[in-house]
Amino acid sequence: MVKVAIMKFPGTNCDEDVHHVLKNVIGLDSEIVWYKEYVTNRYDAVVVPGGFSYGDWLRAGAIAARNVVMERVAEDVSRGVPVLGICNGFQILVEAGMLPGALILNSSGRFVCRWIRLVVENARGPWLSLARDRIMLDMPIAHAEGRYYIDEETYRRIANVSSIIRYAQGWNPNGSLYDIAGIADEKGLVLGLMPHPERASEPELVPRGFSPGGRIIFDSLAYSLKKGW
Amino acid sequence: MVEVVITNKRTVRDPEGETIHKHLILRKGFNSVKNVRAGRYLLFAVESETPEKALEIVKEICEKLRIYNPVVHDIEVRLRG
Repeated sequence: MVKVAIMKFPGTNCDEDVHHVLKNVIGLDSEIVWYKEYVTNRYDAVVVPGGFSYGDWLRAGAIAARNVVMERVAEDVSRGVPVLGICNGFQILVEAGMLPGALILNSSGRFVCRWIRLVVENARGPWLSLARDRIMLDMPIAHAEGRYYIDEETYRRIANVSSIIRYAQGWNPNGSLYDIAGIADEKGLVLGLMPHPERASEPELVPRGFSPGGRIIFDSLAYSLKKGW
Repeated sequence: MVEVVITNKRTVRDPEGETIHKHLILRKGFNSVKNVRAGRYLLFAVESETPEKALEIVKEICEKLRIYNPVVHDIEVRLRG
């Protein structure tokens, strides 16, 4: 039986939302796993959900990223286990060095919470297997440290290789370089994004003028775990 | 005691410092101030044989535990007093 781990650190608070979507909307077996109890070789995929791990102290994600559990997650990645980081989960993956770049304080200097529009480029891998290239997706963001930063040289190296989720033109809410909202590693196995797909997977939660763009990420996972990617 | 000061690199914008500069300092007429950078300050109390050794320990911590993020930050590690 396929099983997805939803990693919970002290301060993680989107774990129940992800669990609800995986279980009740997508129909995937998943389990909220306290970070100390995560063991390698047990799960078919891992979601690091949003929240405020360790109170965002030092930097968002910085303390969780140095925990030994992230070494275990990296070990599972090297065996082909897909990992998704949402919001604070994305910050943790970046701080852990599993994804390139950095996430720093929004250019407004403030917490921003609103719906935005995204475009997916080079869609592939387990998290985007059902997304066609250039697909537009709507999701909400809710973060203070979401300004994506990457040095030019690294960006040029990955720009045509990795899946990139960008804020659509005019929708960049935080000053992210190259409008980057999310990025995957070169294989597409590890994906991180600031927007919340779990809050955009059911029509009931979507405001007028937007559509539930998050669902395709979890649908892709369910499809990929069954059929490969 | 070892001080660690973390600031954004020159190439990385610092909205907090910019706001303090533009909306407080310049508005109150202190035009000689050309730039303000906000950052983070940590003070380490270290037990060691010599101050230099304490400095080394903190430098090692900053690198190994990523107290700063080398992608976006500059760091200054120095002895206090």
